[in-house]
Parts: sequence; structure tokens; C-alpha cells
Amino acid sequence: MKRILLVIGVPLLMIGLMAFITGNKAYLKPAPVRKDSIASVKAFSDVYKVLMSPRCMNCHPSGDIPLQGDDNHLHTMSPKRGVDGKGVYAMKCSNCHQPENTPGVHTPPGNPNWHLPPANMRMVFQGKTPRQLAQQLIDPKRNGHKDMKKLIEHADDGLVLAGWNPGEGRTLPPLSHAEFKKAWLTWLNTGAYAPKK
Amino acid sequence: MPMITLTVNQKQYQIDADPNMPLLWAIRDIIGLTGTKFGCGVAQCGACTVHLNGEAVRSCVTKVSRAVGQQVVTIEGLSKANDHPAQIAWNEANVPQCGYCHSGQIMSAAVLLRENANPTDADIDSAMAGNICRCGTYQRIREAIHLAAKLQKEGAK
Repeated sequence: MKRILLVIGVPLLMIGLMAFITGNKAYLKPAPVRKDSIASVKAFSDVYKVLMSPRCMNCHPSGDIPLQGDDNHLHTMSPKRGVDGKGVYAMKCSNCHQPENTPGVHTPPGNPNWHLPPANMRMVFQGKTPRQLAQQLIDPKRNGHKDMKKLIEHADDGLVLAGWNPGEGRTLPPLSHAEFKKAWLTWLNTGAYAPKK
Repeated sequence: MPMITLTVNQKQYQIDADPNMPLLWAIRDIIGLTGTKFGCGVAQCGACTVHLNGEAVRSCVTKVSRAVGQQVVTIEGLSKANDHPAQIAWNEANVPQCGYCHSGQIMSAAVLLRENANPTDADIDSAMAGNICRCGTYQRIREAIHLAAKLQKEGAK
């Protein structure tokens, strides 16, 4: 009887233990709904189009000066990123960028949280290939310490949404926010695969 | 329209204004403090710079509603006797030519000097890049800010 208990009980205990460990890992890092590299890469091509549009990329520059316009030129007056991404001295973002868009063309767009990524987490989009950007977006050391949950939530971040309310005279991102969010979630939920290039 | 209370240079003003009115309008046309100038109207030139809770905001695009309950300081209130180190230095170095942009220039310089007591040329350029001077007095502005930093240090001793 004892032998039977050992033969059946120990493997069951091991299976239970494995399930517990795997379950905990799954809790820490949510598993994708269904891994599908083809669907994931396809969805990212839409995500990439939006992130590289001026409304997103202009505040994710490769240097420390934000960009402006559909041609991504350096921001006139050359405001600097600063340590916290909110500018320096008399050139802080919110000195000109109000909590809302200022009416009229060539006026500062607004948001209560207007800023660049901080100096220690620059989250550069400009110049990144789809592969480089995809890899950066899912790397917590380079994406602002975002895990999967936070990445999903980020689609509805106030400053992200501001891209679709850019103020007069500015082009919108190439997809609607709903289309972007769908592509973003599809990319993440199918494994967040990076394109080959 | 309900009356709006603004605190400008530590004095309270009750004004009859649309909350969406640019702060610059209220300061100049209603309160009557005309040291702050209108330049471009779209936050491109810095002539209208005032301090809002110590930050160098462009009052031409800042709505009156943003200033309610906050501390606004204009060039007239920067010091009690026009003796802020930047004001003294501006006089010493004969910075202005036409003078139109200089209240904004000084308000920006004051923020720089508060946050960085010993600014380098690069710091000055970073801080002052949003204040345009059509007379091109930039070299004297830089000289005056260095002098103001020195005066500020001596004053602190």
C-alpha cells in the first residue's frame, strides 16, 4: 500500500509543484493569449506606422531636442529634454504647452503632462527599424519599466491619446486610435514578435 | 460673467474677464502693468514671459484660468527696487537696444539664476533660447547673466 502511495503520490506532488511554479511565472509575466508570429509581426507593421508618425516620433527624438512638424525638424527655440524630460530653466515644456491645445495654427499643442521621455530612459523612436523598435518596446530596461499589463494600458495613456488631438493644422497618425489600439493589442497578445528587419 | 481673482506681484486683483483670455491681456489691459510685452502671440518669441509659480510661462498663450489661485510675478514685481541681480546687471552691461524684449529676457534669466547660480555659456543658451531679440543683443545678454550670477553670489555672502 505504501509503495502504491509512493508511486502515485510523488509524481502527483511533483506535477502539482510544477503547476504552481509555472502558474506563478505566468502571473508575473502574463502569457500571450495565443502565440502567432505571423499575426504579431503583421500587427506590428501598423503599430510601427503610427509610432513613426510625427505625432508620436516628434517627442521620441534621437537627440535631446524635440522635433516639430510633419518633416520632423528640430523644435524651434531648441528646448532641451532636461533630466526629467520636462525641459530646463526658463525653457520647460509647460511654459508654452498648456494643459490643452492653444487655438489657431502654429500655436503650441497642449496636454497636462506634456514632456519627453526622461534622460535616463530616452525611449528613442527616431531612426529605429521595426525590429529595433519592437525589441525596445518590450524591454523593461528600455521601455520605462513597463510589463505586459502596463504596455497594454499605455495604449490609452493621456499623452498617447493626445496624438489624435494634435491641434489645428497638424496631420493625424495614419490609423485611428481604435485601429492603433487593436494592432497594439494584437501584437502584444500574439507574442510581441519583432519583425526580421 | 463671474469675477476672477488673480494674484499678481503679491497683490490681489478682481477682474471681469473671460477665463479663456490670455493672461497677458489681463496683466496689461485690465490690471495695467505694461512692462510685459506682446510680441508674437503664439509663444514663439518670449517677450511676454512672466513667472507663474516661479516658472517662466509665456503669458500670451496662458489662459487667465490657469493663473487663478496661483502666484503671478511680472517684471514690475521681480524685485522691490528694480534691484534683482539680473536688473542691475542689465543696467551695468547696457544690454537693451530698443528694449522691447528685455522684460521677458530678464524674467527668463531670473529663473536660470535661481536654478543655476553659476551658469556656463551653454546653460545660458539653453535657458534663453526661447527669448528672441531682434536687435541682436545676445552677447550682452550673456555678459549680463554672468555678471548677475556674480552679483547674486556676492549678495548671498
